[in-house]
Amino acid sequence: MEEKLERKATRRRRTPAEFIMENLFLLCALASIAAVAVITVYLFVSGTPAIFKIGAKEFLLGTVWKPTEGQFGILPMIICSVVSTVLAVGAGGVIGVMTAVFMAELAPPWLTRLLRPCVRLLAGIPSVVYGYFGLTLIVPLIAKLSGFAGNSLLAVIVLLAMMILPTIISISEDALRAVPRAYKEGSLALGASHSQTIFKVLLPAARSGILSALVLGVGRAIGETMAVILVAGNTPQIPTSLFDSVRTLTINIAFEMSYAEGLHREALFATGVVLFLFIMALNILLNVLTRRREKKNA
Amino acid sequence: MKARKVTDGLVKVFVWLCAGITAALLIWILVYIMSRGLPHVTWEYLTSKFGGDDHGIYPMIVSTLCLVGLTLLFAAPVGVFAAVYLVEYAKPGKLVNVIRFATECLSGIPSILFGLFGFIFFVQICNFKFSLLSGALTLALMVLPTIIRTTEEVLKTVPVSYKEGSLALGANKLYTLFRITLPSALPGVLTALILSIGRIVGETAAVFLTAGMVYRVPKSIFSSGRTLAVHLYAIANEGFSFDECFATAAVLVVLVLLINFAADLAGKLLIRRLGGGQPN
Repeated sequence: MEEKLERKATRRRRTPAEFIMENLFLLCALASIAAVAVITVYLFVSGTPAIFKIGAKEFLLGTVWKPTEGQFGILPMIICSVVSTVLAVGAGGVIGVMTAVFMAELAPPWLTRLLRPCVRLLAGIPSVVYGYFGLTLIVPLIAKLSGFAGNSLLAVIVLLAMMILPTIISISEDALRAVPRAYKEGSLALGASHSQTIFKVLLPAARSGILSALVLGVGRAIGETMAVILVAGNTPQIPTSLFDSVRTLTINIAFEMSYAEGLHREALFATGVVLFLFIMALNILLNVLTRRREKKNA
Repeated sequence: MKARKVTDGLVKVFVWLCAGITAALLIWILVYIMSRGLPHVTWEYLTSKFGGDDHGIYPMIVSTLCLVGLTLLFAAPVGVFAAVYLVEYAKPGKLVNVIRFATECLSGIPSILFGLFGFIFFVQICNFKFSLLSGALTLALMVLPTIIRTTEEVLKTVPVSYKEGSLALGANKLYTLFRITLPSALPGVLTALILSIGRIVGETAAVFLTAGMVYRVPKSIFSSGRTLAVHLYAIANEGFSFDECFATAAVLVVLVLLINFAADLAGKLLIRRLGGGQPN
């Protein structure tokens, strides 16, 4: 009887601590969910009223942004964000995937070991430093070569393409290295050359990983703010050429937030909501891609 | 056959070229920023105040350090414990999937939206005003996914034999966790924190919307502070002298280099610590 009680006591003495800590760990794990929920709720609560006040059609499809005259159309910003992102991911994607091919297939091991920290460093350079680099080097260069003012859509695209390189390279390289060796050996054994093997066998086999890399690149490019704000020129207009001064959704928020009041400020929150919807769509796409890959590998 | 060789050669040249462009870009940025900035980074520049006749960055260095410390104070325990839950306690299922998805979403949200949220929630609704506290809370949410994912990877690499040994000796799960698993994974956890420091130091958009731009040394966590990255944006925007901007940019780049180096060092430490402990 006494022994039984004692055993119960020891078990109890041990259990509360474990119980409390386990629940504390669970609580911390739930923090991500809570954070996403709170961010979503507060962005929508602060942003959507303005959309209704301005009118969804005038807000999303309006082409004039003149807060002082009560005109809040963000179509120019949407177009500029989409165009600069697509072109930047096009350029950065080709260079990035090819660099990944180089690191996974062509480069001697010592060179890959040298390049990897370089890619990480490229990812670590603060975006505002990229912006300043663009402002003092790329913008004057474009101005000299084209004859227009250098603050332009082209400067934005060049800078964004540079900034998404590390993301695309590291994820594509992982995807290429995950392709089973037998694929490559089989292709080479059938008489295909190394380049044919890379482009006809390895890249198609790593397709979904590379696609994920590109989607992540799109997310980075469309959300980038501090680098582009210094080189874009910030004029809210629909670009008709690569040399036009432009303004992205992100710039719109960062540029006017400090002095905006009333409906103007709410319209900036609403701009955030539009950007948020883009990002969430990308997140869901990424999740689908990852799941499909996991299913295929299982 | 000859045509094939030619295309093969051309393709390889193209791949080499792309890799060359990547490497060249990095070298170009580093050399450009460092060569123009470093000559102007003097002891006086690092230790004097800003405003009036002074053009130093001492207040910005202090603000940056405070923000880094405060952010990690919030994010590190939550992130590490969340990773512990995911690796050591959670059973695969719906909850874990939802947590994973949320973490992924969080890491995909651009910093300007974190800034906007921090401005709406911490600055206005919680009424913390533009302060280091608002900034740190916002950044803590932003670096949480980095800490969780990196720590998770590390915890998974701790050999099972370590834990089994401890459990077999009669230690309970919690004791094993704090005395065996976490200490052996410590360098990896350190890597996670160092990577977060890198993000905090380089962050601009989320910081100036929450911590403000006041260029004085912050008195408490409730006062506004301007970090180095925000300072670079501010002076570049206000058209200050190029030398000053380049000097701040160079300081930032040097910090990033040091942070990367430290992360590498911690990674090597981890391999040494866990590499020797493989079963048998």
